[in-house]
Amino acid sequence: MLPYIINNSIFNMPNLFKIKPSVGLLSLPYSLVFIFFFFIPLVLTFVISFWDYNEYSIIPDLILENYRYIFENCFSFENGMCVTFKTYLSTFMFCLITWFFTLIIGFFVAYFLAFYVNSLTWQIALFLLCTIPFWTSNVIRMISWIPLLGRNGLVNDFFLSTGLTSTPQEWLLYSGFSVVLAFVHLYTLFMIVPIFNSMMRIDKSIIEAAYDNGANGFQILWNIIIPLCKPGIVIGSIFVITVVMGDFITIGIMGGQQIPSIGKIIYVEMSYLQLPAAAANAVILLFLTLLIIWIMTKMIDIRKEL
Amino acid sequence: MKKNITRRNMLKTSTAAVGAVAGAGLLKGFPAIHAADAPVIRYLGTAVNMGDAVQKRLFDDTGIKVKFIVKTTDEVVKTIFTQPNSFDIVDSEYFSMPKLVPSGNLLGMDTKRIKEWDNVTSAFTKGEVAGKKIGDQGTAPKKVMYLKGSNSKEFASEPTQHVTLIPTVYNADTLGIRPDLIKRPISTWAELLNPEFKGKASILNIPSIGIMDAAMVVESMGEYKYPDKGNMTKKEIDLTMKIFTEAKKAGQFRAFWSDFNESVNLMASGEVVIQSMWSPAITAVRTKGIPCVYQPLKEGYRAWAAGFGLPATTKGRQADICYEFINWYLSGWVGAYLNRQGYYSAVIPTAKKYMESYEWDYWMLGKPATADIMSPEGKKLASKGEIRDGGSYEARMGSVECWNATMDENKYMVRKWNEMIAS
Repeated sequence: MLPYIINNSIFNMPNLFKIKPSVGLLSLPYSLVFIFFFFIPLVLTFVISFWDYNEYSIIPDLILENYRYIFENCFSFENGMCVTFKTYLSTFMFCLITWFFTLIIGFFVAYFLAFYVNSLTWQIALFLLCTIPFWTSNVIRMISWIPLLGRNGLVNDFFLSTGLTSTPQEWLLYSGFSVVLAFVHLYTLFMIVPIFNSMMRIDKSIIEAAYDNGANGFQILWNIIIPLCKPGIVIGSIFVITVVMGDFITIGIMGGQQIPSIGKIIYVEMSYLQLPAAAANAVILLFLTLLIIWIMTKMIDIRKEL
Repeated sequence: MKKNITRRNMLKTSTAAVGAVAGAGLLKGFPAIHAADAPVIRYLGTAVNMGDAVQKRLFDDTGIKVKFIVKTTDEVVKTIFTQPNSFDIVDSEYFSMPKLVPSGNLLGMDTKRIKEWDNVTSAFTKGEVAGKKIGDQGTAPKKVMYLKGSNSKEFASEPTQHVTLIPTVYNADTLGIRPDLIKRPISTWAELLNPEFKGKASILNIPSIGIMDAAMVVESMGEYKYPDKGNMTKKEIDLTMKIFTEAKKAGQFRAFWSDFNESVNLMASGEVVIQSMWSPAITAVRTKGIPCVYQPLKEGYRAWAAGFGLPATTKGRQADICYEFINWYLSGWVGAYLNRQGYYSAVIPTAKKYMESYEWDYWMLGKPATADIMSPEGKKLASKGEIRDGGSYEARMGSVECWNATMDENKYMVRKWNEMIAS
């Protein structure tokens, strides 16, 4: 019961406003950091997305050219889909698939940790196991997939030696499959943590009461645990979706640089000093990501649930 | 007053701790003002050629220390535009000059202050190797070498006293192959798109360099003869990208790469057997004991060249130190170091003095090695009897077809390249 009460009082906004004077003071340092290193850069990005540019400088202006350029040929489908739509479609697909798998795996790992592991020491130990994917650098991790999934890798060796396939399977690496695999491998933790947190706050006596009233395991899961885990699920989903939407390193390396991502387009534009174009792309990406998050928070009021 | 400003700048450039130690230790007996100005150079560049050995030797010879600001090629350019006072010296490529020079952020370098200027290879100054004209499509160094004055934002067509960059290093790039997996001779760029290597080819995903390799391939396939590969029209860009898009859709490429290490891994693991590659990547694959050839091709090489530039605000003692550093760089020890990595030094005669004659014969003359050839780090690169891929300096640099380039239609090219990636 105790964690629930503490959390409730911290996150319950109306309570906060009762102690108004000190709140302003307490939140001042973070507000300043937030304003200077988040809000102002964001406003600048927005402003610059309307500027003009040439090979070596950006020119203050108010033009829609950067946005028009992004959506050029996008509304006449005679030559197939335009790059921007294709790229966003591919990114959305990765989001959806990654979200689905991280949610399923993350939920059940959290479920196991919360309800089947009773000692705190073991919970901590198993949690640390979940962080193993983060122990090495991005590059090393990506490179390490080659000996596993590559043409001459372990998986293909297994397939060939057991006669499951007669030729090496190339879709294992540098494909949509390997991108999703890397995402799930990394970001499941982002689901586990908030869902586990929600689960730990479920009052065990509610579950006992459900048992006493004759509910079976599935009914308890569906009618009690999942609804009470909603905040954790939404927070985890926000983590996963925002990270995948902006990713270009994982998609780049695991996709063999042959799969487009918005992040990569922004990166290339920035390296060619097309900063206003990159800013315009960033604004659109931000808008879409915020839109998704807004929809998710419409489904559930996180503030209230916490 | 003037002195004061310079002194301030130099103090700012030196990191305090290193400055104090180096200043006190090395410049004893110098006037006080110098003692405080411990020479530390903030060196902006990719620093791929600047190992620990180079820094140590530099310090021993001149007392100058280098503080690296390591960035990728594109980021170096960006830094020159956006933070022109964040470095003392920049190591940049010539193909960035058409973008950089009009910004006025770089100083016209005074060739009179470069001791070895007259010995700089003719590949830079005249576009000739051994008296023979070499290919100059793209941003060949001679096109963007000379300036109309020290503060000029315009290129001069005739040699002048002021240049954009003092040349340091260059090379001729080609395709890398795995001879053990291909098992037949490769002699043309067209092989990159040969269906025989379906799913086993790669090209680099850096648009401005990738497009040049792509153009070499398209031309050697007989699809089109470019008037200037290094400055394509929109139509030519469309054509080039169409051919590569079709190949990509047909599954020709296993992967693209954008990081040097990726190219090494693709090749070493056998995922790819033929791809665009850079010289040190070949070395890296070979030092793992895996056969890898930097294959000379009949259509010639795609060359690149780099050099040192100074920010436009450089003057006084800061300029003295930078010129001293550059003169040291060209005085031979580094030249030999670069040659042993498979690059070429801009000043060849001084480099020769620091190389063993068997090394010189192998690297520069294309003769069979009379002893094992070692990398500067002491790893074995080639055994006795082996010949350098592509042969001698004259054979390799003499067959240059085009140079890394910045095109007039750069923006359009990048866009089309992105479309190919997304296709």
